[in-house]
Amino acid sequence: MRREGTLYTILFTCGVCGICSVLVSGAAVGLKERQIANRILERQTHVLAVTGMIDRGAHPTASQIREIFQDRVVAKVIDLATGEFDDSADVATFDQRRAAKDPATSTPAPENDARVLRLPKNALVYLIREKGSRDEIEQIVLPVEGMGLWSILYGYLALDKDTTTIRGITFYEHGETPGLGGEVENPTWTAKWPGRKAFDNAWQPAVRVVKGVAGGPEEDPHHVDGLSGATLTSRGVTNLLAFWLGDNGFGPFLGKIREQQGS
Amino acid sequence: MAFPFAFGKKERAVLLDPLFNNNPIMLQVLGICSALAVTTKLDKSIVMSVSLTMVTGFSSLAISLIRNYIPTNVRIIIQLTIIASLVIVTDQILKAFVPAISKQLSVFVGLIITNCIVMGRAEAYAMQNPPWPSFIDGIGNGVGYSMILIVTGFLRELFGSGKVLGYSVLPLVTEQVAPGKFGWYVPNGMLLMAPGALFLIGLFIWALRVWKPEQVEKE
Amino acid sequence: MWEHYLNIGIKAVFIENLALAFFLGMCSFLAVSKKVETALGLGAAVIFVLFLAVSVSNLIFNFLLREGALAWIHPSMRSVDLGFLSFLAYIGTIAALVQFVEMVLDRFVPTLYAALGIFLPLIAVNCAILGAALFMEQRDYRFGESVVFALGSGVGWALAIAALAAIREKMRYSNVPTALRGLGMAFILTGLMAMGFMAFSGIQL
Repeated sequence: MRREGTLYTILFTCGVCGICSVLVSGAAVGLKERQIANRILERQTHVLAVTGMIDRGAHPTASQIREIFQDRVVAKVIDLATGEFDDSADVATFDQRRAAKDPATSTPAPENDARVLRLPKNALVYLIREKGSRDEIEQIVLPVEGMGLWSILYGYLALDKDTTTIRGITFYEHGETPGLGGEVENPTWTAKWPGRKAFDNAWQPAVRVVKGVAGGPEEDPHHVDGLSGATLTSRGVTNLLAFWLGDNGFGPFLGKIREQQGS
Repeated sequence: MAFPFAFGKKERAVLLDPLFNNNPIMLQVLGICSALAVTTKLDKSIVMSVSLTMVTGFSSLAISLIRNYIPTNVRIIIQLTIIASLVIVTDQILKAFVPAISKQLSVFVGLIITNCIVMGRAEAYAMQNPPWPSFIDGIGNGVGYSMILIVTGFLRELFGSGKVLGYSVLPLVTEQVAPGKFGWYVPNGMLLMAPGALFLIGLFIWALRVWKPEQVEKE
Repeated sequence: MWEHYLNIGIKAVFIENLALAFFLGMCSFLAVSKKVETALGLGAAVIFVLFLAVSVSNLIFNFLLREGALAWIHPSMRSVDLGFLSFLAYIGTIAALVQFVEMVLDRFVPTLYAALGIFLPLIAVNCAILGAALFMEQRDYRFGESVVFALGSGVGWALAIAALAAIREKMRYSNVPTALRGLGMAFILTGLMAMGFMAFSGIQL
């Protein structure tokens, strides 16, 4: 066969493609399980870290994280508008970010300062059980997101069972300026949050990131130190918390939790 | 015929030449896109360097093995297919074993495909030379690239955030080293942003060309 | 709704400029920026190809590759996830498109071919194109969004290269240290331009 012939070219190309496809699919299929496990582990680590149950600096092992998560955390899909648990959704496969994109499972969000464009019908929250208890809730972990200066900040907020005392906050994905707005992920800054109150006495979202330095959680419960040199990122954090704690976000859900505890 | 996997003077020259005399980044202006974008942290730079070196080495090897059989008119697309396949494999491996870094590298692993070093070596060297020297040439160019990446990554992380590989080296003023006591280093945030990388590479080129004036471009 | 699109466009041109914020397409950015005229030619070719490539890639990703995308063939294929093939699909699309555009231009619009022809092969391996396609996938843009994003990115890239070329033309009359001439200076100039573009950050519409 001639090297420049059409048939030869086609056969040769098919041969190369065949070999490459075996290589590529082999790698993709062979490593898929590990990649999925990594993704789940990453999410579990974020949830546990925000509640303070693990210390990220201590480099907990994968099996430790899985064990604590299994033992203490219940993931629940809720209906955002009513605040009820929605047991028809599959917790394992529910992807809130994808749900927010899909017109079938989301609605355009009302105008808001956090610049959230679409609101999913359902959301994935995590309930942390008391140690050794089956149904006693200790903390609630809520996913939050909203616009910072350059990018959307994605994070988790951990609330005490009284639904207002903040137990922790973390931002795991953002594109803010490193060293300025990027400090939202700095543990020194997030350590200033626990103990503050998310709501005021009338159950309106009240927690704010202020310019400069706030007092301690006791005397100044609704304010948190600003990020120096990052006014817009700080404002973004305030806005996104106000949105997600409000009536369009987790307000109804947190209200239901309070009702249950009252009864 | 000599033993095909010999590592003599010639192979050494093939391996070392791309480091200083013919550095792909400094002289040929190849593959700088990723050199600039992934170097905000040293660990990212190292992972990127290893990935690129492996892809360059193995794509040169594979292309050299079939160089006498490739029909010339579909040459480029065949090379691209091989390179893209290797990059996908690399990407899958990174996602499975170093997920955190793979996430930070975002699109730049994929961009190894269009990294001119890989294509450039395939076209300029592997198409004319036997497999073993081609492999060494690929690795050599990969290492030449890695060298710049790792030095840039080291400097940007050290002076941009006072850390090396995530460990605090220069304690920052915002960091509490002991109760009530803070560090002294005010980080240079610009180094972490786009312009910092461009300035650094520009200064490297300046230094290299003062040292080796024959590399200065003729007007 | 149009605000959302305008936002994506403005962001792609100024704030997340492919060349100055993500360093994409740097090889040709530095190599072809010695003269304004050629820089404009390359810039136009990039806008054109970027627009076509990202739009087509978006369709390929949404209807063939992404998880559940194959459900339109048969509902049982809902669980198929071919996302890992995106690199190959995009680079193939880009290479084929460039070749195709070259042939079409040569046959039907010879004047445009004469102007852009020499740049087209360069563009197949320009990482700005592949990079934009990958960003499109990463940010999960829908078709309309990706068209706006592609146009914005292309315009931003062209703007950056034309501006750099203009500065480099003027640089010829300046007294630059010998070892810094050419490439070294181009890097530092690009750095200064990137700093200038950073001033656009935080623009909110």
